Amino acid sequence: MKLKRVSAIARKEFLHVLRDWRSLGIGIAIPLVMLFLFGYALTLDVDRVPLIVWDQSQTPASRDFIGGFSASRYFELIGSTDDYRTIERAIDSREAVVALVVPVDFERRVLSGSGVSVQAILDGSDSNVASFALGYAEAVTANYSRKVTVDVSRRKGLPLPRGGLQLEPRVWFNTDMESRNYIFPGLIAIVMMVIAALLTSLTFAREWEGGTMEQLIATPVTRGELMLGKLIPYYVIGLLDLVLAVLVGEFVFHIPLRGDIGLIFAASLLFLVGALGLGMLISIVTKSQFLASQIALVATMLPAFLLSGFIFPIDNMPYPIRMVTHIVTARYFVFLLRSIYLKGLGVGELAGEALLLAAFAVFVLALGYYKFRKRIE
Amino acid sequence: MLERLKAMLIKEFIQVLRDPRMRFVVLVIPVFQTIVFGYAVNTDVRHVALAVYDLDNSSQSRELADRFVKSGYFDLYEHVHDEARARELIDRGEVKAILRMNHSFGEKLAGGSLAPVQFILDGTDSNTAGIALNYAARIVAGYGTQLQMESLSRAAGRPIAINGVELSSRAWFNENLESKNFFVPAVITNIVYIITMLLSSMAVVREKEIGTIEQVIVTPIGKGEFILGKTVPFILIGYINVIIISLVAVFWFDVPFRGSLLLLFGSTALFLMSSLGIGLLISTVSRTQQQAMMSAFFVIFPSMLLSGFAFPIDSMPPAVQWITYANPMRFFLVIIRAVFQKGSGFDILWPQLLALLIIGVTILSCAIMRFKKTLA
Repeated sequence: MKLKRVSAIARKEFLHVLRDWRSLGIGIAIPLVMLFLFGYALTLDVDRVPLIVWDQSQTPASRDFIGGFSASRYFELIGSTDDYRTIERAIDSREAVVALVVPVDFERRVLSGSGVSVQAILDGSDSNVASFALGYAEAVTANYSRKVTVDVSRRKGLPLPRGGLQLEPRVWFNTDMESRNYIFPGLIAIVMMVIAALLTSLTFAREWEGGTMEQLIATPVTRGELMLGKLIPYYVIGLLDLVLAVLVGEFVFHIPLRGDIGLIFAASLLFLVGALGLGMLISIVTKSQFLASQIALVATMLPAFLLSGFIFPIDNMPYPIRMVTHIVTARYFVFLLRSIYLKGLGVGELAGEALLLAAFAVFVLALGYYKFRKRIE
Repeated sequence: MLERLKAMLIKEFIQVLRDPRMRFVVLVIPVFQTIVFGYAVNTDVRHVALAVYDLDNSSQSRELADRFVKSGYFDLYEHVHDEARARELIDRGEVKAILRMNHSFGEKLAGGSLAPVQFILDGTDSNTAGIALNYAARIVAGYGTQLQMESLSRAAGRPIAINGVELSSRAWFNENLESKNFFVPAVITNIVYIITMLLSSMAVVREKEIGTIEQVIVTPIGKGEFILGKTVPFILIGYINVIIISLVAVFWFDVPFRGSLLLLFGSTALFLMSSLGIGLLISTVSRTQQQAMMSAFFVIFPSMLLSGFAFPIDSMPPAVQWITYANPMRFFLVIIRAVFQKGSGFDILWPQLLALLIIGVTILSCAIMRFKKTLA
C-alpha cells in the first residue's frame, strides 16, 4: 500500500464531496435538524390528556373527585356531557382520549364507605398515550380514595388508619427522568449511521454506473488503497458531525456528561469505521445507486433506528428479534454512549462492547475487500 | 398519445423491475420491514427486570416482593444481599429497578408507623422508568391499604372494611392496549412515503445523470406523458405496498381491520399525490442521484418524526405543532389508524382527507410547473 496513491484517491474523493456542496450541506443539515427536533420537540412523555366527563351524580363529592383530575397537569378537561353519544363522538374524533362516567349514587356510597366504582373509557387506539393516561387516572383516584377512607373512619369514630407503606422512589442517573437525556446520547449513533448510509453507500456504485470505475481500474491503484482513500473523506465528515453533536448536546441542551469525553470520541471513531465500512460494502456489492439506496435504508438506518434500543427498549421485544439486535452494532454503540454520558462508566466496564465494535469494523472491511473485484465483467 | 404513453410505461416498468434484486427490494422488503416494525416498535412496558434487596426478610417484606413479581409487570432477576451487587446490576443495565426494604420494615409495620419502601430506578430510559414507577406505586398502595385495614380490624376487634373509589376502566378499539395495533398499520405511511418519493426522484435524475434523458427528449414523447410514465409505475408500487403491509398486519399480527377498503385506497391516492409530487420536485432540483437521495431524506426524516408516528403531536411545543399541519404524513396516519382500529367513515375523517387533497394538489401542481420548465 502506497501512501501517495491513498492520498491521491482521498483527494479526488474530497473534491467530489466538496464540489457537490449540496450533498455535503445536507449531510451536515440532516443531523442538525434531527438534533434540534429531538432536543426541542420530540418526547414520548405524555401530558395534558384531553378528558371529557359525564357527572351523573352532580354532588359536592363528585365535583371534588373531578376537581382532582382538572387540577392535575396530566389531564385537560375539555368538557362535560350527559350522554354516551357525545362521548363516543368525542373519542372517535380524538377530541377526548379519556371519558369519566361518575355514577348517580357516587356521593352516598362515598360517604358510607361502601365503595364505588367510576367508569373510565379510554381510546385504546393509541396504546402508549392510553396506558399513560390510565396510570395517571389510577393515581388521581387512589389519592382521592385515600382521603375518603380517612374521612369515613373519622366520622364513624373509628381509630384512624395507621401504619401502612410509604414508597420512596430514588431515580438514578437521570434524576429528573427527562426523556431528552435518554434520547440525546443515542442520537449520536443514529446521526453517524445516517451519514454512513447516505454518503458511502453510493460511492462505489456511482463509479460503476458512470463508467469511471474503468478508469480507476486502469490505474495502478490497488483495492486496499482505493477503499482507504474513499473512506477518509467520509470519515472526516462523520467526525465533523460528531463534534457538532457533542457541542450541541453540551451547550444547547445541557445533557449531563458524567464520563470521559475522550471515551466518547474513542468509541465513536471505532463505530464510524464499521458504519462506513458497511455502507461501502453495500455499494461494492450492488453496483447500482438505485438499489444501494434501498439496501442502505434497510440494512443500516432502519436497524439503527428500531433495533438499537435508541427509542424502543430491546427488553420489550420478542426473543427472536432480541437475538437479531445482537448483530446491530448501533445497539452496542448506543449502550456505550448512554453509559458514558449518563452513568459515567469507564473503560473497565465497557471494554467488551468496544471490542465488538472493533471486530465488526474489521469484518465488514475485510468482506468489502474480498468482494471488490478490480475487473470489468 | 396512448400508444406513446404505453411505450413509455413499458420502458419504465422494465427499468424498475429488470433487476431481480430490485424486485426483491420492492416486494419482499416491505414485508420484512413491517415485521421488524411490528415487533420492535413497542412501547408496552412489561417484565421490568427487578432485583430485590430485602434486609428485613419478614413475612410482610416477602409478601410485598411477591406482589411485585406476581403483578406481571416485574420479573425477578435476583435477590441481592449487598449494596455493591445492587449497584453493579444497575450499572450494567441488567436490572432496571431495585426494591429495597430495610431491617426495621416489619417492626415498623407492627408498631403502626409508616414503613418506608425504597424503590431505586434506572432513570436513563425515562419512559420505561416512569411507567415502572407507576406500577410500583399501585402495588405498594394496594398492599399498604390492606395492611391498614388489617390493623384497624385488629384494633376494633371486628372486621372493618372501608372502601373508597376505584376505577373500572375500559379501553375502546384496543382492549388490551397492545401497541402493535397502533404501530403496524402506521408502517404503511412510512414505507409508502419513503419508497415512492425516493424511487420517483431517483428515476428521473438517473436519466439526467447517465444522459439518456437526451434520447427521451428527441422522441415525440410529450412532457405530460413523460411525467405520467415516471409516476404511474410508482403509484402501482405504492398500492402493492399498501396491500402487502395490510395483509401482513391483518394475518400475521392479528390487527383488526374495521373500516372500509374504499377509504384506505382512496386516501392512498391522495397521499401519493404528495409523495410523488415531492419526488418530482426533488428531481427538478437535483443533478445526481446522490443529491436526489440526500434531498429526499432531508424531507423524509422530519416528516416521519413530526407525523405522530411514535412521538405524540400533542406533546410538541405549539410552534412545532403548527408545522405538522403541512405534513401529509400526519393526516394519512390519522386516516390509516382510524380505518384499521376504529372503522371510522367519511363523516369523521373528511377533514383529514380534505387536508391531504389540498396539500397534494399544491405540491403536485408546483412539481409539474417546475418540471416543465427544467425539461424545456
